Amino acid sequence: MEFLSPSTLEEALQARSAHPGGVPIAGGTDVMVELNFDRHRPEALIDLSRVPELAEYGPDGGYTRLGATVPYTAIVEHLAGRAPALARAARAVASPQIRNRGTVGGNLASASPAGDAHPPLLATGAVVEVASAAGRRRVPVREFYTSLRTTALRQDELVTAVLLPEPKGPQQFAKIGTRNAMVISVAAFSLALDAERRTVGTGLGSVAPTPVRAERAEEFLAAELDWEGATAPTEAVVRRFGELVAAAASPIDDQRGSAAYRRHALAVMARRALAWSVTDYRKGAT
Amino acid sequence: MRVSFNVNGADVTAEDVWPGESLLYVLRERLGLPGSKNACEQGECGSCTVYFDGVTACACMIAAGQAQGRRVRTVEGLSQGSERGGPRRLDDVQEAFVAAGAVQCGFCTPGLVVQAHDLVERTVGRGGPVPGDAEIREALAGNLCRCTGYGMIVDAVRLAAERRAASGSGA
Ligand SMILES: Cc1cc2nc3c(=O)[nH]c(=O)nc-3n(C[C@H](O)[C@H](O)[C@H](O)COP(=O)(O)OP(=O)(O)OC[C@H]3O[C@@H](n4cnc5c(N)ncnc54)[C@H](O)[C@@H]3O)c2cc1C
Ligand code: FES
Ligand code: FES
Repeated sequence: MEFLSPSTLEEALQARSAHPGGVPIAGGTDVMVELNFDRHRPEALIDLSRVPELAEYGPDGGYTRLGATVPYTAIVEHLAGRAPALARAARAVASPQIRNRGTVGGNLASASPAGDAHPPLLATGAVVEVASAAGRRRVPVREFYTSLRTTALRQDELVTAVLLPEPKGPQQFAKIGTRNAMVISVAAFSLALDAERRTVGTGLGSVAPTPVRAERAEEFLAAELDWEGATAPTEAVVRRFGELVAAAASPIDDQRGSAAYRRHALAVMARRALAWSVTDYRKGAT
Repeated sequence: MRVSFNVNGADVTAEDVWPGESLLYVLRERLGLPGSKNACEQGECGSCTVYFDGVTACACMIAAGQAQGRRVRTVEGLSQGSERGGPRRLDDVQEAFVAAGAVQCGFCTPGLVVQAHDLVERTVGRGGPVPGDAEIREALAGNLCRCTGYGMIVDAVRLAAERRAASGSGA
C-alpha cells in the first residue's frame, strides 16, 4: 500500500486518476474503521488533509462555498448563520472528537443513507462541486445520490466543495436515535422554507436506500402556507404534511428500528419542524 | 514508510510504518507511549483521545501518514517533570480525577482526562465560566466508561474547572 500526500488540488486529482484502486482519506472516520478491521486493503491512501483549497470556506456568489475537508466543528462554530440546517445536523454528528475530524466531503462520498449532512443539503438545494484532472463540474445534490451508497461521483473524481445557497427563511434539522449523542440516526428530517420563491424544501435520512426528498409534501406545504401573514397552519394541514413526508419514505426493518417506527418518527419530526419554522418565520428569523 | 512528528514537545520518527496503520498504533507500538488506550478501533469509545494540532481526536481514526509534521499531545504529555528525574506533577485534571474518585479500572481514564483537559482549557482556561453538568456531559459524549456510571467523572471535571477558576490565573 502506498500513502500519497498531495499538497495541492492538482496533485490530488492526478493521484486520484493515477490510482483507480486508491482511496481518498479526509477525516478518516469512515476509512479508518475499514482499515482497522482489515475489511479493505486499498492499493493507496490519498490524503486530502494537506490540500489547502479543500479546507477553506467563504462566500462565493450567492452561495457559501464549503470546502470538502472542513470539519463539522468548524461548520457548527462558523456557519450557523449561513447554513442553519447543516450546522444543526453537524452538531448532531457523533462526538466532539469525531466532529473535529469528520467532513461533509467524506459524508457525501460515503453516501450512507444515514449520513446527517444529506437531509439539510437536500432541503436547501445545495450543489456539489466535483473535479477530476480533466476539469470541474457541478452536480445539484438532488441528483447526487443515485442508489444505495452510490453517487454521481466518478472513479477519477474528488468532491472539492459544496455550494450552500444563502438561507431565505427558517431551516430545521431533527434526528431520532437511541440516545442523544454518538448515534447513527434511525430517521432524520430537514425542512427549509424559501420565503422569496415561496417554496419548501425537505430532506429525509435513514428511511430509504438513498437520502430522499418528500416532493409532494413540499408542494402541498408551499401551497398551504400563509406566506404573507405567517399565521399558524391548521391542525389538518400540519397532520397532512406529516403524512406526506412519511409517505415519501421506503424504510426497512433493521436493528436500529422498524419500518413502521421510522414512518411514525418522520411524521412527528415533520410536524415539529413545521411548527418551529412557522414560529421562526413569524419572528422574521431566518 | 517513515513518519516524523512532534509528540509532547519532542520530535520523533517512527520507522517501517505500514501506510494503513493508525496514529494510535504508532504511538503505542512504535513510540512506547501506551497511555492512549486501544479499545474499539472504531472511534466509538474515546479511550485513544489525543490532541492533534491542538484539537482532540481519536488517534485510532487518524492514518499514521496524516500525522507527518503535526503536533500530537498525549496523556503522557499532560503531567510535568518525569523522565529527567524531577518530581512528577500531575495535571490539575488528573489531580481532580484522583480527588473525586473518578477512576475504577482506569481503562477509560487517559482518554477522558485529555478530553476533559480540552473542555477546561476552552472554558475557564479562556476566562469563561465553570461549565455546567450538561456541557460537561456533552463534551464527554464520545468517551465511554463501563465502570463508574459517569457521576464521579462529571464531579471530577467540575472540580478541575472550579479549581482552575479559583486559581484565577487563566493561563
Ligand atoms: C464513532 C463514529 C460515529 C459516527 N457518527 C456519525 C453520525 O452521527 N452521523 C453521520 O453522518 N456520520 C457518522 N459517522 C460517519 C463519519 O464520521 C461521517 O460519514 C463523516 O462525514 C466522514 O467524513 P471523513 O472526512 O471522516 O471521511 P473519510 O473516512 O476520510 O472518507 C469517507 C469516504 O469518503 C471518501 N472521501 C472522503 N473525502 C472525499 C473527497 N473530498 N472526494 C472524494 N471522496 C472522498 C473516502 O475515500 C471514503 O470512501 C460516524 C463515524 C464514527 C467512527
Ligand atoms: S480505540 Fe479509538 S475510539 Fe475506541
Ligand atoms: S473506570 Fe473502567 S472503564 Fe471507566
